[in-house]
Amino acid sequence: MNDYLIIILSALGAIFILLAAVGVIRMPDLYLRISVTTKAATLGIGLLLISAAIYFNEIGITSRVLAIITFILLTAPVGAHMIGRASYFSGVKLWSKSKEDDLKGKYHPKTHGLASGMDEIKEKNESKKSI
Amino acid sequence: MSVYDFLYYIILPVLAISTLLIFIRFLIGPTLSDRVVALDLLLTTGIGIITIYSIYTDQPAFLDIAMIMALIAFLGTVAFSYYLDKREKNE
Repeated sequence: MNDYLIIILSALGAIFILLAAVGVIRMPDLYLRISVTTKAATLGIGLLLISAAIYFNEIGITSRVLAIITFILLTAPVGAHMIGRASYFSGVKLWSKSKEDDLKGKYHPKTHGLASGMDEIKEKNESKKSI
Repeated sequence: MSVYDFLYYIILPVLAISTLLIFIRFLIGPTLSDRVVALDLLLTTGIGIITIYSIYTDQPAFLDIAMIMALIAFLGTVAFSYYLDKREKNE
């Protein structure tokens, strides 16, 4: 019974990692690639680690596996957000068929602060200085 | 077909093929950010390979190395994005 569970879970995990690899090579845009990396690879790794926990069937190894899964679940979105934010500042272009860029004009170009209507704030400050 | 044969002849080759595909993106990635994302995914796939190998060789001590590899992947991504940010501010 455990053998079938291990086979099913590891096959699903390997398929998800293969899909993440195909996505990372086929997607047209950095941001779409980040999206594929975060979701599919995290799910695939979680399934592979759970199959290892079922195989060894000890409390120490199960807790270790749960620690790894929790760590990956916590850190994958944080890392993806940080690299996406940094590459948005460094001027990586969106895909040519992307319809909307919600962040356009909302980041201050020098201080990297985020606010809605950044252009209006800048105009107000300039008008104050000119007065 | 036992579990060991399944893992050795099907799961490990699939993971190896996905590592090759990610490495192609690592080589041709147009920007530095693409390479950082590919590196992160390479390390994550490495965790999977270590897990399957620890089942195949019946050595649970390999899972400690998987945990350290997850930590290094996160630290590498954070450090690269920090320096990308810094580089833009200096220019």
